[in-house]
Amino acid sequence: MSAILEVRDLHTQFSTLDGIVRAVDGVSFDVARGETLGIVGESGCGKSVTAMSILRLIPPETGRIASGSIKFEGEELTTLSDEAMKRLRGHRISMIFQEPMTSLNPVLTVGTQIAENVVRHLGVSWKAARERAFEMLDLVRIADARRRLDEYPHQLSGGMRQRVMIAMALSCDPQVLIADEPTTALDVTIQAQILDLMIELKEKTGTAIVLITHDLGVVAETTERVVVMYAGRKVEQAAVEALFDEPLHPYTRGLMRAIPRLDVEADAAGTRPRLQEIPGLVPILTQPIIGCAFAPRCGFATDRCRRDAPPLVDAGAGHLVACWEIDSVRRAA
Amino acid sequence: MTAYIVRRLFATLPVMAVVALFVFFLLRFAPGDPAAIIAGEDATAEAISAVRAKLGLDRPMVEQFVVWTSQLLRGDMGVSIFSNLPVTRLISQRLEPTVALTLSTLFVAVAMAIPIGVLAAWKARKLVDRLVMGFAVLGFAMPVFVLAYILIYFFAVKWQLLPVQGYQPIKEGLWPFVQSLILPSMALGITYMALIARTTRASMLEVLAQDYMRTANSKGLATNRVLLLHALKNAAVPIVTVIGIGIALLISGVVITETVFNIPGLGRLTVDAVLKRDYPVVQGLILVFAGAKVLVNLIIDISYAFLDPRIRY
Repeated sequence: MSAILEVRDLHTQFSTLDGIVRAVDGVSFDVARGETLGIVGESGCGKSVTAMSILRLIPPETGRIASGSIKFEGEELTTLSDEAMKRLRGHRISMIFQEPMTSLNPVLTVGTQIAENVVRHLGVSWKAARERAFEMLDLVRIADARRRLDEYPHQLSGGMRQRVMIAMALSCDPQVLIADEPTTALDVTIQAQILDLMIELKEKTGTAIVLITHDLGVVAETTERVVVMYAGRKVEQAAVEALFDEPLHPYTRGLMRAIPRLDVEADAAGTRPRLQEIPGLVPILTQPIIGCAFAPRCGFATDRCRRDAPPLVDAGAGHLVACWEIDSVRRAA
Repeated sequence: MTAYIVRRLFATLPVMAVVALFVFFLLRFAPGDPAAIIAGEDATAEAISAVRAKLGLDRPMVEQFVVWTSQLLRGDMGVSIFSNLPVTRLISQRLEPTVALTLSTLFVAVAMAIPIGVLAAWKARKLVDRLVMGFAVLGFAMPVFVLAYILIYFFAVKWQLLPVQGYQPIKEGLWPFVQSLILPSMALGITYMALIARTTRASMLEVLAQDYMRTANSKGLATNRVLLLHALKNAAVPIVTVIGIGIALLISGVVITETVFNIPGLGRLTVDAVLKRDYPVVQGLILVFAGAKVLVNLIIDISYAFLDPRIRY
């Protein structure tokens, strides 16, 4: 497996009035060419910050990549010049965001916003770039693409806007597409369409996708491998089948129990079992975390969990998990 | 759009009517009597009322108003009490210097303010931001006449680069015309620049925090394109609004600047006419200023539709 993107021991921190927030605290993972990697976790676990770190889009006034390495095709990104980084963004690594309603510039036409990317990175004429923009809109199945080129974002629906974002992100044939909660703001039927589209385009173009989401359902349907993050750390990593067959980290198990299920029968009174939420709150990241970050919310936690941070260990066939109590977790299944 | 413009133009008629009504009666209720000024300091009461009768000022006010407005509707603004020249001619003679000064001031102010505001927003809270905004506030705090004399001292008296005073009409040649406008429009423009620069900075800062700016950065676009197209176009509506408000402020600024630089424009005409209670001239001038203001507002409103495609009329 040749990795196109290698993230090693990434630490991204923000200075706030309450102290330094360790938003990403020693995360490592690889993305192979053409694969779809899911990064899962609840709000505030550092998923988006990880994505922003890869593209070096962390606002320099407040945040910085404190240490670690990000290599893209063997090239170190953390020390790359600003100009070289700009040449890379939108060209070889591109990104789509959670908020399709606000992520497009309201005063520029859709055609301009796609074409400017092509002009910038592929150095073609505006005429050729506009033609490329048309092809891309057609590719993401926007009907009447020619006319849509001259429309403004407010004339499009949320689903269409996210298609435009995808068209824009893929317009220069990037090697990696980072999708940060691309379907969260859309309704369920549109969600499925957008995910199908992304996977179909991935097959066509060979672009690797890093799909960041809090939705395990999305992960199950679209990804090949999954990284589970909690409090800025990676707690589990596995092939998607392995993760759903046997989640090993108590946090992952908690997330899975919190998925609403339609296949559970209602009882005679017509009520379904309540969803089980994970008790407690995510830790405050301004204070150093001693031991396992999940221990205060974990039913398996022992004194050792509260004292020492568990290392990531291979529980078999590349299924990595950071937990001292794997054996008790397995027995509890 | 055309329908909107026509509708707006019709809507100016009642505005102008109200302006006419107010200026007419305010002037007549204000202290001071043109007849007394014409008759001279030692004139007897009989002499003054003779002058008043000659000018038609002894008639009931409502009758005077009807006479004046019926003239107006025929495009006649009446005759100056003092010079006996038609008001329309007095105004049109003085129009060119004032329009030239207003436009050149606007140009100076906008040309300085927008780059300064964009730069300050881009480098917000850094040294560059503090320096340019400090400069802008200083410019705003300095009275026009003080700045005018400082500029005259250095550029005209000491270095002799530009004329001290006076105005050269454009038909006398472009360069003398431009030369005569540089100092007055700088003096007037710097005050006005500060206002636009601060609005530009504030509006840009708000836009720079939007999601679509993150998208623009994630596309690796050149800084110029990100700032001047993606951000500035979104920030433009408040900036243009302030430019429009500023034009109203400019009209009062023009009076002082024309006096300091000895420019024969509408500002000086206004001051003279008010001091002498030259009713027809003051009335005509106020109507012209009000009309200009209404027109500027219309242009600003129309410009919104070009800046932001979500605005439709």
